[in-house]
Amino acid sequence: MIQTITFYLFAALLILSAVFVIMARNPVHSVLWLIVCFFNAAALMILIGAEFIAMLLVIVYVGAVAVLFLFVVMMLDIDFAELRAGFVKNFPFGIILAIVLLAELVLGFGAYRAGGLDIGMADGTAAPIIGESNIESLGALLYGRYLFLFEAAGVVLLVAMVGAIVLTLRQRSEVRGQNIAHQIARRPEDATYNASPETGKGVRL
Amino acid sequence: MIGIEHYIVISSILFVLGVLGIFLNRKNIIVILMSIELILLAVNINLVAFSVFLNDMVGQVFAMFVLTVAAGEAAIGLAILVIYFRSRGTIAVDDVNRMKG
Repeated sequence: MIQTITFYLFAALLILSAVFVIMARNPVHSVLWLIVCFFNAAALMILIGAEFIAMLLVIVYVGAVAVLFLFVVMMLDIDFAELRAGFVKNFPFGIILAIVLLAELVLGFGAYRAGGLDIGMADGTAAPIIGESNIESLGALLYGRYLFLFEAAGVVLLVAMVGAIVLTLRQRSEVRGQNIAHQIARRPEDATYNASPETGKGVRL
Repeated sequence: MIGIEHYIVISSILFVLGVLGIFLNRKNIIVILMSIELILLAVNINLVAFSVFLNDMVGQVFAMFVLTVAAGEAAIGLAILVIYFRSRGTIAVDDVNRMKG
């Protein structure tokens, strides 16, 4: 009973916050509603016992991606009222497209309920380990059969990080930086010299 | 009783809302990126629900990989957004016509 109530509560909040993400006037509000959305999705995943993915969702999305979005939205100086100008114009087209898409999904689901294509079932080789937690079963699979895929995911993240840094790195010529090699290579004889100028001639600097 | 159907319905609605967000906010690329995140979240809910339904952990492994790619995509997309804004001073999608496409 409590499970049913919790499911409907989280599901309703998830859909509601997703609506606010795409409807909010201010992108900062959109990002905040996105955070609510991910929290509720994580709660839905906890309800069916996938706690590791749920925690990952909170850590990766709320902790990293949402904050990244927030930084970018606040960093850029944009006239958001002007960006929303096409909203009313696009509304009928968008609604029609959404209805078509939803009808397709409902149709596919209805066809599945009427029998469905037989494309095989899980063979049981990746079933959760009896008596172990979700994280331990997932870890056994991730560091065993899918080790190379796991490492490939790490490479994807590395490439994304390097790419983001390379893209946003800016060499600013007007800023004077410290050149340490130049400082260390400086010798006393280059820096100071004795001069005996004639009276009234001055010293060349 | 809550079954797999409920989770599929939730993820379908979320997916459609993501697509709707792309079409409604055609001028604001930040909201488009957020809509893509919503779509990927719907995919993840589907993967996890079927993983539990079929008693097969591979779905959760792949949900993790989808999460990885989504995080990388957000980072690269926002980096491109920042350099574009730096050079052009606007991020309106209609003005992005440098390649005459």
